[in-house]
Amino acid sequence: MGQVPSTYASGAGIAALLVLLAEFAMLRAPSLRSQVRLYMSQSLVVVVLAAVTAAVRGLDDLYVLAGLSLLLKVVLVPALLVHLLREAGSDLSGSPALKVASMVLVAIAASAFGFFTVGPLGFRSPVLPSSAFAVAAAVVMVAFVLIILRSDVVSQAVGFFSVENGVSLASMVVAAGLPIVVELTLLFDLLVAVVAFGLIMRAHHALRGTLYTWELDRLRG
Amino acid sequence: MQAVLVALFVVPLVAVPASYLLPAKFAPSASALAGTTSFGLCLWLVPAAGAHARWGLGSFLHLDALSEVFLLTTTFLYATTAIFAAGYLRLPPGPAGRRYGERFWPAFNLFCAAMVAAPLMNGLATLWVAVEVTTVVSALLVAIDGTHEATEASWKYLLIASLGLSLALLGTVVMYYAGTRALGGSYTPSFSELRAGASHFSPVAVRLAFVLAVLGYGTKMGLVPVHTWLPDAHSEAPSPVSALLSGTLLATSFYALLRFFQVAERSLGPRFPREVVAGFGVASLLLGALYLLSQRDLKRLLAYSSIEHMGVVAVGTSFGAPVALFGVLLHVLAHGAAKGTAFFGAGSVVRKFGTKDMEAVRGGVLVLPWSATLLVAAVLGLSGLPPFGIFRSELLVVEGGLSTGADALPAVLVVLVTVAFFGLSWSTTRTMLSAPPARGPAGDVARGEVSAWVVVPMVTGLVALGLLGVHVPGDLARLLHGAAAQLLPGGAQ
Repeated sequence: MGQVPSTYASGAGIAALLVLLAEFAMLRAPSLRSQVRLYMSQSLVVVVLAAVTAAVRGLDDLYVLAGLSLLLKVVLVPALLVHLLREAGSDLSGSPALKVASMVLVAIAASAFGFFTVGPLGFRSPVLPSSAFAVAAAVVMVAFVLIILRSDVVSQAVGFFSVENGVSLASMVVAAGLPIVVELTLLFDLLVAVVAFGLIMRAHHALRGTLYTWELDRLRG
Repeated sequence: MQAVLVALFVVPLVAVPASYLLPAKFAPSASALAGTTSFGLCLWLVPAAGAHARWGLGSFLHLDALSEVFLLTTTFLYATTAIFAAGYLRLPPGPAGRRYGERFWPAFNLFCAAMVAAPLMNGLATLWVAVEVTTVVSALLVAIDGTHEATEASWKYLLIASLGLSLALLGTVVMYYAGTRALGGSYTPSFSELRAGASHFSPVAVRLAFVLAVLGYGTKMGLVPVHTWLPDAHSEAPSPVSALLSGTLLATSFYALLRFFQVAERSLGPRFPREVVAGFGVASLLLGALYLLSQRDLKRLLAYSSIEHMGVVAVGTSFGAPVALFGVLLHVLAHGAAKGTAFFGAGSVVRKFGTKDMEAVRGGVLVLPWSATLLVAAVLGLSGLPPFGIFRSELLVVEGGLSTGADALPAVLVVLVTVAFFGLSWSTTRTMLSAPPARGPAGDVARGEVSAWVVVPMVTGLVALGLLGVHVPGDLARLLHGAAAQLLPGGAQ
């Protein structure tokens, strides 16, 4: 990182930490709408980081990626989730399987596991601070905790989409040279996944009249 | 040959809009035509692929012996399942039936198109995209009946498999990073480049990438302990979809795992990747075999059998001996044929008796003389009874294991496969071959097949399964040898 302006490096580090903090905030968000807003903010941080990295490192492909990510993750996905909530006519006030304090403790343990398992591997990045990769691993771990400990379809879908934000961050750190065609295909794939999630969430609500997943216990054995 | 390759990629894709835009009554025929054409094109490629030929279209499409083996399974099931579904789906006249058909057939073709595309992709990233498309489309197909159980199974499947695949994507990103040391900061991660440079990759990164890929693609493949979506989705999906999920989707995920395995073996040496795969394989065999002993639901029984068979191929891969790898690839083909046939039969039984509970089904062969008899034969084939292909492939896997000098793992394999044999064959034969009760719902079921068209693909599947057991044709044997050689650490690039 010798030639990197220190403001850029520390700014990128702070951005990575913001992504992680947004994930923690999603975990304890009181309502689903606030969770969706947090996801939107998290995606926006990832988009800004991609755009700044593109400018500082001269990686023009990242501009395209940042633009399309903005459209998809900051506009389309949140809009779809809000539409679903409006259609459902309800906004849950949280569906944690544990109390918030316990949930945050579990998430801290999971993120520490992700951070300290991946951190010492010594991955070096030519474009971003290498510690951002360990932070990305922590984001993925906390997103997994969110999916496991929140019992409603919207939180679980938001958890999945935020896993993708963690993977995007990791990809920017260690695979910034991945061909743009491949990156765009991955984004297209996210779009397809969003549609599928939306359709099945709607079907779930239409059949059961709730967004909770507590009733998903018919299939056993 | 490149034209055939492109045609193979394009034909299922064309069937997607065609099955939506054509009048409803032509959608099944269009799908069956696309399936049989794809299988024909794939057969056309067997001799050349077996002769170590490779084709590619830039860095996008490619075909080699390994991908051809998996394409054969996929296209065979595409063709037979399309024919089965044409006879099996009884859509009520009117808008509801038309809407169901308009959703089912395009999604069915898109699902098959993604599974055909996966082995044709020339790189880990595009392969991941194809596998992820199979997940989202098949999740919608699982939910298509709109019941509580179907949406529950679909949600669990979509969520768990997508999370697994996000780990696989992280593995793909890390593998890309591993290659930057040898291939530069920006390169196209095609298989040939990855394999050629693997020995110079960062070993720590390859290790992490491989573990993430096994966890990720292992989730889709049904490896224990990340298998939990599988029995629900397989049992609640419409039977044609169950056949595709079990017979070919699991194999497609195994193919993706093998592509990581190839790079890991060349980079790290054989020990680490083989140990990881063996661990997951034994766990899958154990759990699959034990659940088969206590299963009452016919489709869940077949689902747990899939977990057991994925355990067999994982353990066989861990042996690393050429004969075991030949057996593994033969197993992929034989399992596809057997499991497709078994799910077709299970579909007819469920339709006829109105239940999946095997305690409530008696006298299957008297009610469904063709379907139930062929189902019993397919289940016996799945159990590993000679002369079917699975007996031969499992024998080769064990022989390969013993040839490596390790006795314990082949012994575990034999014991667990025997347990699975009893669980699978006992419950199915008891249900199908027993006399129907004189009174009660099962005794009142009318005799006769659901449709003649459901029998044709079952006969085809069973003939293929028998052929693989009795005599593997020369071109196919060469193909399997070529593909097995690709999986050896010093094998063909």
